[in-house]
Amino acid sequence: MAEEKKVYSRTKGIIDGAVSGFCPGCMHSTIHKLIGEAAEDLGKLDKLVRVEGVGCCGLGQFYVTCDETIAAHGRACAVATGIKRSSPDSLIYTYQGDGDLAAIGLAETMSAANRGENFTVIFVNNGIYGMTGGQMAPTTLLGMKATTAPQGRKAEEHGYPMHMCEILNQLTAPYYLERVSCDTPQNVIKTRNAIKKAFQYQLEGKGFSMVEIVTSCPTNWGLSTLDSLDFLRDKMFTEYPLGVYRDKGAEK
Amino acid sequence: MADRVFMKGTEAIAEAATRAGCRFFAGYPITPQNEIPEYFARRMPEVGGTFVQGESEVASVNMLYGAASTGIRAMSSSSSCGISLYSEGVSYCASARIPMVYVNVQRGGPGIGAIQPAQQDYLQATKASGNGGFRMIVFAPSTVQECVDMTYEAFDLAFRDENPVLVLTDGVMGTMMEPVVLPPMKSDEELKELRDAYKHRAIIGHPLGQQAYCRPGSVGTGQEEVNKEAVKLYATWDKDIRVEEYMMEDAEIVFAAYGISARISRAVIKELRAQGVKAGMIRPITISPFPYETFKNLDFNRVKGILDVEMSIPAQMRWDLDYAIQGACPIKECLRSGGQLLTNDQVMKAAQELIKEVL
Ligand SMILES: Cc1ncc(C[n+]2csc(CCOP(=O)(O)OP(=O)(O)O)c2C)c(N)n1
Ligand code: SF4
Ligand SMILES: [Mg+2]
Repeated sequence: MAEEKKVYSRTKGIIDGAVSGFCPGCMHSTIHKLIGEAAEDLGKLDKLVRVEGVGCCGLGQFYVTCDETIAAHGRACAVATGIKRSSPDSLIYTYQGDGDLAAIGLAETMSAANRGENFTVIFVNNGIYGMTGGQMAPTTLLGMKATTAPQGRKAEEHGYPMHMCEILNQLTAPYYLERVSCDTPQNVIKTRNAIKKAFQYQLEGKGFSMVEIVTSCPTNWGLSTLDSLDFLRDKMFTEYPLGVYRDKGAEK
Repeated sequence: MADRVFMKGTEAIAEAATRAGCRFFAGYPITPQNEIPEYFARRMPEVGGTFVQGESEVASVNMLYGAASTGIRAMSSSSSCGISLYSEGVSYCASARIPMVYVNVQRGGPGIGAIQPAQQDYLQATKASGNGGFRMIVFAPSTVQECVDMTYEAFDLAFRDENPVLVLTDGVMGTMMEPVVLPPMKSDEELKELRDAYKHRAIIGHPLGQQAYCRPGSVGTGQEEVNKEAVKLYATWDKDIRVEEYMMEDAEIVFAAYGISARISRAVIKELRAQGVKAGMIRPITISPFPYETFKNLDFNRVKGILDVEMSIPAQMRWDLDYAIQGACPIKECLRSGGQLLTNDQVMKAAQELIKEVL
């Protein structure tokens, strides 16, 4: 009789037995798992440092096992700059929402990317301010309702959704920019690989990378888990096409 | 051997910090302190340190928060309206108990104010350098030598207390040249030892089960506990109060002044003494913690009046003086602001008016 072999176990990047606190159907928990797995694959959990933004990601602070600091809202890329420059052997990622990275933290994000800072940005784009209850984000789609845009986002009044992979792709320094999602098993695997690739590049000293993960927010979109997946695929992926925007490692 | 050199205040501060082991500097250009970042840009590569020109003061202070959380000695500097943008990061450092040092080379204010020297940030520096009611040790040097010595010591205090330390100086001291004795350069071995002592809480990555975290906020009752711990720290600062009492043995007229205003006051006091007036000065060297007791314990049978000399309109240290003496004698203000410097003549005139009123 064949011997039993353990083929899958929970990542050591997540505290044993911890419950995440994210809403049911939220992709934040999947992403946390994937980060843990990617760092574990590379044998670098003991070097991993999380620079947490402010938003629903804050629920992750009692969930992960790695060293961790909480940046002021929007400042994660500045904080990560300070840490990486002072501790180059650490494997550093920021974890930021769209309000954090693309509104209040836009200057810090752009400038760190432009300097080619050698860390990894995990950017969770759910098109809304989740933590504070559904206000408009820079990534909110046209026509999409938010508590501060009750009639839906209007181009004349609010401008257009911001595309961070495309914007950062205007800069010369960034090494790797990819937009992924977690709506299907295939996409989950792609996200895992993207995070692992970004970490690998960081370990090789290649500079700035960002993995943008387009996700749903069933709670603040006011949709069921399943309906929010439809909205994600129909609307969000149209505005935010998935794919590799920059991979200097693959160009060679 | 100690190095005696002739140096500008700003550059002396940067060199003192380097010798104290500062190996990370982030800052954004603003007059009158540009020589500090410029000095670090040249100096850090020589000692294996890092200089980053931040995209703003907000970014710079948050870089400092990150760098300092790894246990490295880290510093930044700015001036007045730039320092306003530091309040976010300073408050985060205070909440998370991150040791770092920053310097305010004051200029006129409020707003963008004037690029000329002033002492317009006293209340901000001593009472509310950010949200949340935290406190810091704030040094107020009045010579380039003191700028050097206090910057050097600030790192030790920041690490002793795991709290930010502010050196509050101004555009006069920043741009003035004076002979100074530079403190010894801390060796790489010493710095490694200091950094190792911080390793358990450094945000650098740890083996499983030894997680280090830097939390500028807490859930549940956590934040109240953090605040109570902070109050316990502040209560230990009586020993850190520093004050100079100048010609105070028999003084009837007492000047109260810090930093650059104290230098001007000293010259005027000498003149008054030559005229037979019993004048003296209490010069707070730490303006936080403030030497309340020194003022409170004055013999008010002898002391007839206090002259509050500040380069600020409205007066700001006045709040601390009032709190200390509770109306025990009259206080007169002698003020300039907005980049207009106090002159000996103006201070002399104010002193003579006070003398006429109270003696
Ligand atoms: C300086 C500051 N301003 C505002 C807030 C309040 N705030 C907390 S989370 C948040 C929005 C976060 O939205 P996003 O970055 O999209 O993250 P999500 O919750 O959607 O994952 C805001 C505005 C804050 N904490 N600090
Ligand atoms: S509010 Fe939205 S983003 Fe936040 S945990 Fe809930 S579903 Fe996730
Ligand atoms: Mg969001």
